[in-house]
Amino acid sequence: MKLSRSLCILLTTTVLAAPALAEDLTIGLASEPTAMDPYFHNLGPNNAVTRHIFDRLILQDEKQNLKPGLATKWKPIDDLTWEFKLRQGVKYHDGSAFDADDVVCSWERAPNVPNSPSSFGTYTKGKTVVKVDDHTVHIKTAAPYPLMANDVSNIAIVSSETGCNAKTEDYNNGPASIGTGPFKFVSYSPGDSIVLERNDDYWGDKPAWSKVTLKPIKSGPSRVAALLAGDVDMIDQVPTTDITTLQKNDKLALSQGVSNRVIYLHLDHDRADSPFVKAKGGGAIDNPLRKLQVRQAISKAINRDAIVERVMEGVAIKAGQLLPEGFFGVSGKLKPVDYDPNGAKELLAAAGVGDGFELTIHGPNDRYINDAKIAEAIGQMLTRIGIKTDVETMPRSVYFKRASRGGPGETPEFSFILVGWGAGSGEASSPLKSLIATHTPAKGWGASNRGRYSNPEIDALIEKALATVDDAARQDLLAQATEMAINDGAIIPLHYQVNTWAAKKGLKYIARTDEATLAIGVVKE
Amino acid sequence: MTVFIIRRLMQATIVVFIMSLIVFFGVNVIGDPVDMLINPEADQAEIERTIRALGLDKPIHEQYLFFLKGVTSGDFGKSFIFGEPALKLILHHMPATIELALVSLVMAIILGIPLGLYAGLYPERRVSRGIMAGSILGFSLPTFWVGLMMIMLFAVYLGWLPSTGRGDTAVFLGIRSSLWTLDGLSHLFLPAMNLALTNISLVIRLTRAGVREAMHQDYIKFARAKGLPMRRVIGVHLMKNILIPIVTVLGLEFGSLMAFSVVTESIFAWPGMGKLLIGSLLQLDRPVVVAYLMIIVLFFVIINLVVDILYSVLDPRVRLRDQGT
Repeated sequence: MKLSRSLCILLTTTVLAAPALAEDLTIGLASEPTAMDPYFHNLGPNNAVTRHIFDRLILQDEKQNLKPGLATKWKPIDDLTWEFKLRQGVKYHDGSAFDADDVVCSWERAPNVPNSPSSFGTYTKGKTVVKVDDHTVHIKTAAPYPLMANDVSNIAIVSSETGCNAKTEDYNNGPASIGTGPFKFVSYSPGDSIVLERNDDYWGDKPAWSKVTLKPIKSGPSRVAALLAGDVDMIDQVPTTDITTLQKNDKLALSQGVSNRVIYLHLDHDRADSPFVKAKGGGAIDNPLRKLQVRQAISKAINRDAIVERVMEGVAIKAGQLLPEGFFGVSGKLKPVDYDPNGAKELLAAAGVGDGFELTIHGPNDRYINDAKIAEAIGQMLTRIGIKTDVETMPRSVYFKRASRGGPGETPEFSFILVGWGAGSGEASSPLKSLIATHTPAKGWGASNRGRYSNPEIDALIEKALATVDDAARQDLLAQATEMAINDGAIIPLHYQVNTWAAKKGLKYIARTDEATLAIGVVKE
Repeated sequence: MTVFIIRRLMQATIVVFIMSLIVFFGVNVIGDPVDMLINPEADQAEIERTIRALGLDKPIHEQYLFFLKGVTSGDFGKSFIFGEPALKLILHHMPATIELALVSLVMAIILGIPLGLYAGLYPERRVSRGIMAGSILGFSLPTFWVGLMMIMLFAVYLGWLPSTGRGDTAVFLGIRSSLWTLDGLSHLFLPAMNLALTNISLVIRLTRAGVREAMHQDYIKFARAKGLPMRRVIGVHLMKNILIPIVTVLGLEFGSLMAFSVVTESIFAWPGMGKLLIGSLLQLDRPVVVAYLMIIVLFFVIINLVVDILYSVLDPRVRLRDQGT
């Protein structure tokens, strides 16, 4: 009798405890953040993790569309001032209230963190935050600035009491990691785990998970094994080679979504004698990449369908411009160039290099999905139309320095490169300004223009777009600039990367274009 | 003995200094950490600012002198990536690696010596041949492949052990370690076994060779003729004499286990120094790489010293004296 009673109690408690257990979520991450301080390192993995704890005034949804966060409304009130109305009644994890003072001091701390390897000054530069009343702030600029909302969505808001004067270590150890976000900080052990618990007083949709553990597992096969073994509930960056096998596994569910990252080729537009372009047989040649017809021929010689199907195993979308459809500033007129090797040969002949020439393509081998294999495929395709192409790939730690400033006088070292670009702002001015605009350090333009493409007409369009606050007019200007750049072969787009997450059956991840892995995006089906 | 130790420590200082030179200039030739650290959206002014903040705008010899100045006061520089002192970062990751290396060393000893002894005493038996064949496999199979296979077998198919990561830790005798919890031990088993595999094979072969040679020596024959039980002959007379090469090799191997458990730690997502090192190398976190390698050099010097001292304990014929004087 006694025994059966305690059994009864045991059974009831087990049954009651079960749903609570099911609310624990463990995620295996491919890349690890370097700190819990939201302003320490302006890089993807950090920004993804800090988003759990700290809200932004404006949030980016899964398609990087802007939506209200700690600000409920925002609008430009004159050419130089934007007004943000702050959400009322929001509480920090320690119970203190959120108001305009927090915004002002957060913006002060954001660009000024000691030892920050990549600062948030990129977003705060040239802007002054003024408190108007407890729930209104104005952000002023010296010139009209249409991307204000995008920049604002990148700055986390910390508490003026605990966060603004804290050091990075205080965030890593916990006392300063107090935000208004959907999750509270529990613990951070570098290399091992980050533990979060649900903020039951969250102002927005409450997360389905009471406890979230993020475990960095860098090695791809190990990440997949951890999921198969049930040690984690979800993983990101599923290796493309494993996707087919995992799809057949009925205990798992995959989520895929196109990213904001375009993989493209940059060519030397600048030097008459380009170091890795040679005439047939190895002699000097007047750089043929400067001829539009040659650039068009290269684009036509590339079989994008084959790259997507064979190299990327179907997990990519062929590209015709800088950002996939649906993003702000993309052109409706641009389509991926069709594979046409004969047309390519004709174009080469028309450009006076019908006999072909020799080229070396350089690319990284550990940066983008299957990057080295893509470079090899391109090498073969170009060789087929008479451009004898050597392929050289290297680790990104070596590659990016050489590609950006490895040559004499800090010029790009290579002639023909494979690169990728993710538009962090989620709209077309980001790639236009960094990849297409003339390399002008004083203005901060063309920082990643490794082909040194320069077209004053496009520069003028970008300039105009970046000063146009009206969304519809700016959309047109950006689309127009994109069309001109692509038609002129400024870069040759290959495909948009598609990211894959894998989870246990019953869970689904809402794929994000910014490649971030967020616990709040994991939903039960 | 004291003179011997002091002389060794002085040699160590010189070795560490030369190492710092080689490593510092070596890592500075490769790539540019700025490209690894900075957000691609950053403009040229921002890149310039970061280069200055990291001190990379200065000529390399100035950077080195600055580094040396720091080292004399125990400061190995700050990690580019984490913004924390490199030494602190390494020490933070050290316990996990020590755990792993210790457990795998223990595995190598408790599995390797008995198996090697058996194979040496009964070389003609089928089991012995099996042991020797196994040891060849243990040597020649690549660690990363065996690691993945072990995960597939024990974690995915059988579900006995967790696949990756370090388990719960607890404090015992003032030391926080995952050795004291069941969860911790279950997480430790697979990576430690993976790391131990080569060493088990090594110990088996060394022990077997030692036994085969020693069994024909006069002192063993004499001991047996004296009528000593076989157990005593093996346990005392034989073991004492074959242990010297094993201690040497295991000492050095312990150093390698500590320093270069990179592959195992990456596959099992073990938050130890190896994982820190590989991450730092790939992302060009130069201060951490330099500090790490300097610490490892010190470590090896100390291990060698300990091995030398152990020799003299095990074998009274060995005298600790500097050969050169």
